[in-house]
Formats: sequence, structure tokens, C-alpha cells
Amino acid sequence: MDKVNGNHDVRIGFYVCQCGHNIAAMVDCAELAKYVGQLPNVVLSRDYKYMCSDPGQELIQKDIKEFGLNRIVVASCSPLLHEHTFRSAVEAGGLNPFFFHMVNIREHVSWVHTDRAEATAKARALARAAIRRVAHHRALEVKKVPVHPDVLVVGGGIAGIHAALTLAKAGKKVYLVEREPSIGGHMAKFDKTFPTLDCAACILTPKMSEVGSHPNITLWSHSEVVKMDGYVGNYTVKIKRKPRYINEDLCTGCQECISHCVYKEPKFHDDFNEGLGKRKPVYIPFPQATPQVVLIDPEVCLNFKRGVLTDKCKKPCVEACGDRKAIDFKQKEELKEIKVGTIIVATGFQTFDVGRMPQYGYGRYPNVYTALEVERLVNASGPTAGDVILRDGCHPKSIGIIHCVGSRDKNTNRWCSRVCCMYSMKLAHLLKEHTEAEIYNFYIDIRAPGKGYEEFYDKLLEEGVHFIRGRVGEVTDWAFIPEEEGKLVIRVEDTLAGVVRRIPVDMVVLATGLEPQADAQDVRRLFNMSCGSEGFFLERHPKLAPVNTFTDGVYLAGCCQSPKDIPDSVAQAGAAAAEAMVLIDKGHIEQEPNTAFVVEAECSGCKSCIPLCPYTAITLNEGSKKAVINEALCKGCGTCVAACPSGSIVQNLFDDEEVFSEIQGVLAYD
Amino acid sequence: MKYSYFPGCSLKGTGRAYEESLLPVLKVLGVELEELDDWNCCGATAYMAVDEVKACVMASRNLAIAEKAGHKELLAPCSACYLVLNKTKHYLHESPVVEAVVQKALRQANLSYSGNTPVRHPLDVLVNNVGIEEIKKHVKHPLKGLKVAPYYGCQIVRPYATFDDQYNPTTMDRLLEAIGCTMVTYPLKTRCCGGSLTGTLPEPGLLCSYILLKEAITRGADLIATVCPLCQFNLDCYRDKMVGRWGNETIPDPRNKDARVPVGPYLDIPVVFFTQLIGLAFGLSEKELGLQRGFAPMRKPACAQPQPAAA
Amino acid sequence: MELRRTIKYESDRVKGFGREVMRVPGCEQLEHCIQCGTCSGLCPLSIFMDHTPRQVMELTRSDFKNEVLQSTTIWLCASCYACTVECPKQIRITDIMYELKQRAIHEGFYPKRFPIPVLAQEFYKMSHKRGRVTENFLATVMFLKTNIPAALGMWRLGLNLLIRGRFPLKLEGIKRKDELVRMMAVVDKLSIDALNNDHQNGGHGGRHNGAH
Repeated sequence: MDKVNGNHDVRIGFYVCQCGHNIAAMVDCAELAKYVGQLPNVVLSRDYKYMCSDPGQELIQKDIKEFGLNRIVVASCSPLLHEHTFRSAVEAGGLNPFFFHMVNIREHVSWVHTDRAEATAKARALARAAIRRVAHHRALEVKKVPVHPDVLVVGGGIAGIHAALTLAKAGKKVYLVEREPSIGGHMAKFDKTFPTLDCAACILTPKMSEVGSHPNITLWSHSEVVKMDGYVGNYTVKIKRKPRYINEDLCTGCQECISHCVYKEPKFHDDFNEGLGKRKPVYIPFPQATPQVVLIDPEVCLNFKRGVLTDKCKKPCVEACGDRKAIDFKQKEELKEIKVGTIIVATGFQTFDVGRMPQYGYGRYPNVYTALEVERLVNASGPTAGDVILRDGCHPKSIGIIHCVGSRDKNTNRWCSRVCCMYSMKLAHLLKEHTEAEIYNFYIDIRAPGKGYEEFYDKLLEEGVHFIRGRVGEVTDWAFIPEEEGKLVIRVEDTLAGVVRRIPVDMVVLATGLEPQADAQDVRRLFNMSCGSEGFFLERHPKLAPVNTFTDGVYLAGCCQSPKDIPDSVAQAGAAAAEAMVLIDKGHIEQEPNTAFVVEAECSGCKSCIPLCPYTAITLNEGSKKAVINEALCKGCGTCVAACPSGSIVQNLFDDEEVFSEIQGVLAYD
Repeated sequence: MKYSYFPGCSLKGTGRAYEESLLPVLKVLGVELEELDDWNCCGATAYMAVDEVKACVMASRNLAIAEKAGHKELLAPCSACYLVLNKTKHYLHESPVVEAVVQKALRQANLSYSGNTPVRHPLDVLVNNVGIEEIKKHVKHPLKGLKVAPYYGCQIVRPYATFDDQYNPTTMDRLLEAIGCTMVTYPLKTRCCGGSLTGTLPEPGLLCSYILLKEAITRGADLIATVCPLCQFNLDCYRDKMVGRWGNETIPDPRNKDARVPVGPYLDIPVVFFTQLIGLAFGLSEKELGLQRGFAPMRKPACAQPQPAAA
Repeated sequence: MELRRTIKYESDRVKGFGREVMRVPGCEQLEHCIQCGTCSGLCPLSIFMDHTPRQVMELTRSDFKNEVLQSTTIWLCASCYACTVECPKQIRITDIMYELKQRAIHEGFYPKRFPIPVLAQEFYKMSHKRGRVTENFLATVMFLKTNIPAALGMWRLGLNLLIRGRFPLKLEGIKRKDELVRMMAVVDKLSIDALNNDHQNGGHGGRHNGAH
């Protein structure tokens, strides 16, 4: 017997699995077992019908004890299926699980061969390789890394809110960071939601309120994440709290300061109302904002010039605030640092910029609106109190709603934004309710896949809304017949009726698509995530892991992953919270010990490996001037191992001796 | 600045006034043109309807002659020629097989094609190379008060939008504003005039051109400025037929929006080449600029009376 | 009231027609057509066509060669490219129309005195023979071949052009006509072999050599 690893003999047990017919049909298992049985260091060699079965696993455990085996090799299916099964069996038999090696003779041999002799020959070569390799295996320990119980949720839209509440109710401490001055996201702007026509604010604000008052949630609005360091279970995150010039703890949301502002009339662009209304320099984003706190815009407040305090204004707001003393013009940006174990990214979407499609006339013709603008227009708490009055002062008698603006189009965005058909129908319903106008929806396909969605479409048809299947190429204002004069004309092919039509309307609504936020690339780098080719954050697996990312401990929820409606955003948020809880409740993470480590004596400190690591796991130890690999971050990709000029990086489970002996085994070198 | 010059068949025939007005205007601005030696027809839209490869050969012969002439760029005023030459360049780039055939054919004429000569339109050269400021310096009689509907046509902005926006080009707008004109908002500035259909299938063809004239009139334009000889022909030469078919249609009275008037009498709105307007502003004579070749005399509003050049 | 039976069987398709048309660079995108109708909506001539551009795209893709080559659509296309620049699948519709025109001319799929293909072929002949085209002569020939009463009706236009100097009385032509002849002969000779071989390899071939 060979002597390896010091003093003890290598005693290998080899098992060939027939896997029913899967392997046995193409590989002569009995012959293989016999062949391997006479190789050096092999104590016993068996072939068996189903190794993964309970009796199969028990057989391994029995043999280890009976024959004093110290290495096990199983030739069967892919390690992706049963490596874990067999390692557990080996461990149960009293041996370190990493003295086990698996050979794939199903997917790699049986399933890809048509000639039995060739298949068996290949199986023999692979088995030889495994026998030589396993002799060099060392005992390794699975690393346990503790998980910090706190969670960071980035983004306070409906997905972020739901994730935060779910975790808070489960007793976890949550930090909810939102860029805007209030949480609520896009949903706070909607009037009603499809298909139930629930008032969006009515279903959202109770959740917002709960977030604001829940003891387990620390809500930091008007704040942004600026840096994330660390690794799964142990993230250190820096958050920048932008100055509101209001002390959040002292402000009661009475809004006296707003009524007393030197600007008697609101004058400035109101973002929340999509520019349809105006606001003052001191303002609250919307009446139900959470936190219920005002803020001051330094770009337009008289007290500031180019963001610098000048003290030009009499400040009636301060006087109106009185004893509360909540206004603080000297407030500065604050940097906070927190430690969390898991992070849920729910940063949402932005709507397609219609400036990219000038052929629809947005900006050129005053009565062309985007869908979000219409949401504010029909909203009772919007700039016109729900009166659908157009920019030129008229009430529309005919309205055209154009689907797929900036979606399903190679010239802009290729994907379908999933919600536009439904919200276009919803807007058609609301506009009909508010105006009694003739309403035309111009579509390519009606996508109504959710629960109650097709029925909603039926309801719209009953209401007499016209659905014309034809994609609109342009909106113009030139008249061909007198009836079109003074109106916007939509010329479209009614593909179902097979005729070209010209339809004059007073108002055009553009159903803009959803796209990734403008800073998605910056955000994904911040959280060590990837983006797909369209720019949305990339999930680990589109079917089986839609809320996980490729970075352990970082999860996704909502439209930042792909366009979706509210029910799906909420469902994903719950899923992300559950995934986070898996780690938190287990308390620790087990890491596969295939990590790399630097043999310090041989490291020359050349730093070649450091920039190569895709997981930023390598740093230079300032003291010893040698490279050091953080085991928790290392994913065992092997890049640094191959790159190191002095060969001083070794990878567990893949060190040189193991790999070379495998090659020698396949080539049958002696 | 010196350019190779490709007039194209139309500029020697029905579109004479385009060449007549372009050459003196460029001369004033110090741009020299050298007409391509023995240029042949580019093929326009008709040739492409018969044989693609041979159409490429026809166009490539001109491109190869231009390369041989040695000037950096080729100027092609006719929109169809401009498009065909550019399209051929793209095509040869995309299809190596066709390029190989074309190169072999060109060798028969001791020519070769390298694809390095850009094909430019006068609008592009005037605004982007000569520059608006330089043009303003030569304006003797700003055409103040003249309301112009800018009609670009389809071929210079589609499918390749090389020097201007595809949906709302403004090169000619800026150019004519620089010489004092007031531009009318004209939504049909790139809508098709009907092309050769006005001659072959009058019913659809004339309708396309008629719509353009009617909208310019409705918007209060004094005249229409064009860049393409075929557009100018279509808008200019079929007025009697249009009056015959649609003369009784009514439009809002340009002087009094509440009243309606028949469009017929207004259909004599002049249609000129943009170079003719620039020439007038530079002080060149109407005869020099070929203005008498239009079917409708150019109306001058009382406040803008460009005088014929004093010699 | 006259009844007409309309049904299409698989035998009405000319299998492979669509694929062949799609070989023109950029036209392979036709596979992706979702029949949205943007092309027909924008086309200024679609209201006169028997099949709208969208329908022609579907008929072409589905190999209904006879219906496509006999439609008025391909002749009414003025190649203004409005469809091509807006198509959400970036299908080069105008180039497909040119391709169909070529096939229709090549295979004789048009009524005998239909002006547009006649004009195209006269243009082709004149530019081959002389290297340049004299518009008024070309138009006159076209009218004489297709519609003599209309030709006579054009007298006023002709006169107006004449007195304004826009009616040349001499035919234009290039000096080195023999060059053109030699060049086209090369194309004729090469086209048949090289381009048909290219067909096999899935590249583009412009195999229509000349008109009738």
C-alpha cells in the first residue's frame, strides 16, 4: 500500500452505482468494479443498483467501520445531485466528509455514449483518476460564519415597505432607507389600482403608517446608501442622511410653516404631481407622507443661494413654528454607519422618458400626457382635485390612450413592461368616469394575465371603451377634413377590421413603459450585484431563485428586478424577507471549504492577485506586505491560484497534487 | 472649400433652377464645386425596382469617379441621388458578395471603390461647414416678413438621419431664419410628396402633394421652400389638376379664422428651392436664380422687397 | 349580391418564398414581425392599397407569393421610409418592397400597361443605353406605352415646362457609354454563378439580372 499524508495507509472504498438502467445500460458496472478493485490503495470495490438509496448509504457507513476505510469514491451521477448526500453518509460513518470524491459516469459517460466498450473505457479512465486524486484529499472543516440579525431594506416603495414590515413583525430589527423625503414610491402617486379599483392611498397609507410607528423599524427617509463593505452575515453600510433643514423628531407635521412662507402662492416644480402642480420652497411631498415631516428645498428657498445659507429671508416659517423650534437652517448632511447581516434591495423603477419618442408630440402639443400625469390629474388629492382639465383649459370629449410607449420596441426598450395594458384600461375607466368622453385604446396585444384581469377587460368593453388593435406611429395636429381641425389626430391601421382610420381626439395619454432607474449601474456596483442586459438587477435563477442575487445575503424585491404589478411586488417582498430570515434564524452560514489561501512564506507581495479577484476577497496585509484572502468572501473560482506568479496560492479541494494526479489517472501514466 | 459635385439627371432637366441657384450662392460663400467627370444617372428609386446589383453598380461608378477626382467630399443636391449614393455605400458595406461584384465591374472602367468619400447634402454643408454666421455676413436684403413653410421631403432624413433629426429636422429652418424669413410651424415637413406616383398614378400621388400645399396655406405660409427637385416638381407643376379635383374644398380663411374659403385660389402658393431664397437675400437677381421657372410667380409681401442685383 | 369564396390552403403557399425575400440584408428581421400595424398607420399610400404593408409582410412571411406579387401595394410604395424608421422590430420594409418589385418585374407579375413597372423598365433601358435619363422623354415614352389619351392630356404641362425652360429638347448621355456596357456585362456574367452559390451559403444574392 502507498503511504500518503504522513503515516497512515490510504484505504479506498470504491462504489459503482448502476442507477437502474441509467448507467448500467451503457457502462459495464461489474467489469468496472472488478477493474478498480485491483488498482493500488483500493481495499474494496463494489457495484450496486442505487447508491443514493438508504441501503446504499448505509452500506458505505458499514464498510467504513468494517474495513477501516479512510477514503470513499462513488462513481454515479452528477455531484450537483448527490455529492451532499454522500458526504453526509461518509460523515455519518465517522469519516471527514471531504475524504469523499464523486465521479460522474452518468451525465459525462452513460448519457453521452452510444458504444458500450467506449463508455466503459472512459469510465475506467475517470475512475482511475478519482482513485489517484482522493489519496491526496485532506480533512477540511465547513466554516461557520455568524449572521448579524439586523436587516437593511433599501427603497421604501410597496415592496420595501412590505419586506420591512414582514421582518419587523418577525421580531427582526430593520433599517429602511429611502431616497425621497417620504416612503410610498410610485404607488403613492396612483389614484386607483387595478383590477379591484381600490384607492391606492387607502391601501398604502395604513402600511406606511405602520412602518412609521413600528418599534423594530428605523426609517431613514431623504437618505441614500453610499457604501457597503463586508460579506454575507456581516455587512457594514454607510448611509448619507441628506439635510431637510427640519429636525424630524421635533416636527409635528402641522404645516404652519408652509402657510406662512413668504411665497404666498406656490411657484416651483412639484415633482410628486409630475409638474402639473406647484409647491413652495418649504413643502410636504403629499398629505399622507411618512414621516409626516416637512422639508425645505435649498435650490429655491430664499435663505439659500446655490445651496449655501445666506440669511436673506425674514423666515416667517420659523416664527410660525414657534415653540416647536423644528426648523434648523444649519442642518448638515449626516453620515451613519450600521451593521447588518442581510440586505434587501427594493429600489423600484423609473418610467420611460417620452422625450425619446418625439413622434408622439409630448411637449410639442400641450394636451399629450404621460400615464403618471393622468394619475395625478384624476386623483382627488391631485393638483386639479380630480377635475380632468387639460393644459389648454378644456375638458376633453375624446381621448386616445396609446399602449406600448417605449416598450416592445427595438428602437427604445425591447421588453414588455407588463403593467401598461392593465393600467391603460384602468385609466380608461377612470377617465370615462370623470369625463364621459369617447375613449380609444390603441394596442398591439392586450396582456391581462393576472387574477381578475381578463374580467376587468370585459368590464371595460361593457363600458363602451373602444379598443383598436393598431400601434400608433405618430400623433399630429394637421387636419384632413374640417372635423379634425383643432384636434390631435391619430392615424392608425385598425388591423382587426382591416382598415386605416383617422381618429381626432382632444387628449392623448401615453402608456409609458417601465425601465431600470437611471443610476441602476451605480447601485448594483454598490451592492456587488449584476444587471441583466436590459439593465434590471439580475436574479440568481429566473425560475427557482427570483429574489436571490449572486451575492449571498443580498436579495431583490419588486420592479428593480423586472417590471411587475403590485401583487407580484408584494409577493417578492415577502419572499425576500423569508430568504433573509433563513439566514438570520439559522444564525450562521456554512461555507463550502473550497476556498483559496496564501502560503505566506512563498508570497512575494507582488499584488498581482488583488485586482483579479471578482469578489474583492484579497487584500494586502500592511504589516507583513503579503496577500491575505478573506475566506468568507472567497468563492473558490481559482483565478488567483492560476495567476499567482510564484504559485503560492493554494486552493482547498483543488490543490496541484490533487489536480495533477487526476490528469495522470486519466492518461494512465505510471 | 472645394467639393466634387454630382448634379443628377433632374438638375439638368425639370430641376434646372436648383442648380442655377445653388452654384452662384456657393460661389458667394467661397465654396468651389467641380462637376464629376462623365457622371451617370444614380438610378433613383426606379432602378432599384428592377435590379439591385446593377443599381449598385450605377451608383458606385459615380462614387468611384468622385474618389478619383481627389476632393474630400461629394455634394449631391438632389435628395434621391443623395439617398441612393448613401444607401449604396451602406449596402456595399453590409454585403461583401455584392461589393465584390461591384469592384469587379468597376475595374472594367479602370475605377475602384474604397468607400471613403462622404456624400453630403447642400443643407448640411451650408449650415455645418460654411456656418450660419458666415452666411449672415453675406445677406444684403434680409427677407423680413416672408413666411416660409420648410418642406424637407423624405429622402434626406430617412432612413439615415446623418445631419439632422429624423422627426423634426431644423437645418433649413435655421438657415432660412438666418436670412430673415419667418418659419411657419409645418407638421408635414417630412411627409412624402408622392414621388413618381403623381405621374403614374395621379389619384394617390396628387393627393399626397395636395395635402402638403393645403397645410402650408392653412398655416399662413407665403411660400414653400423645398430641397428636392422631384418634390418641387410635384408641388409646383400639377396645380391645375389639383384645382380641378379639390379646388372646392374649404379651409379656414387665413385672414379670418372663423370664416371658411375654398382652397382653389390659394393653390398658386409659390414653391421654390431654398437656394433661391438664399440667393435673393444675397442680392442676386431673380433671373439668375431661375425664379421665373416656377409655375406660380413668387408673391412678395409689401414689407419685404428684395431688389434685383444692380448688375 | 355576389358571393365570393375565400380560403387559403397550404398548397397555395410557395414554400421558401418568404425565406428568399428575407435574404436581403436587414430583411431577416421579418421573422420578428408582430403585426402591430405601425407601417400601415404611417404609410401615406396605405389607404389606396389592396393589402396594407402589414398584410403584405404577413403574406410574404407565410409564402403567399402570388397574392403578394399581384398586389397593388408593391407598386404604390413611394419608398418614403416612414415605415422602416418606426418599425419596432427594425424590419426594412421599404427594402422588402423593392425586392418584391424586382421579383414582380422579373417574373412578369403585372398588368400589361400598368404605368409603374413600365416606367421602371423604361428608366432602366434609358439609363443603360445612354447612362443618363432625360425626364421629359422618359415620361413621354411611358405615357405612350401605357395610356395614350392621358399622354395627350399632358400637353398643357409639357407646354408650360417648355416655355419655362424645363423641357430639354436634347437627350442627355454620358461620353463613355462603352464603359457602362462592359460593367453591366461583368455583372451579368458573375451574377449567375457567384451569387447563386452565395445563396447556398445563406448570404445575399441579387440574382435578378435585368428586366424583360
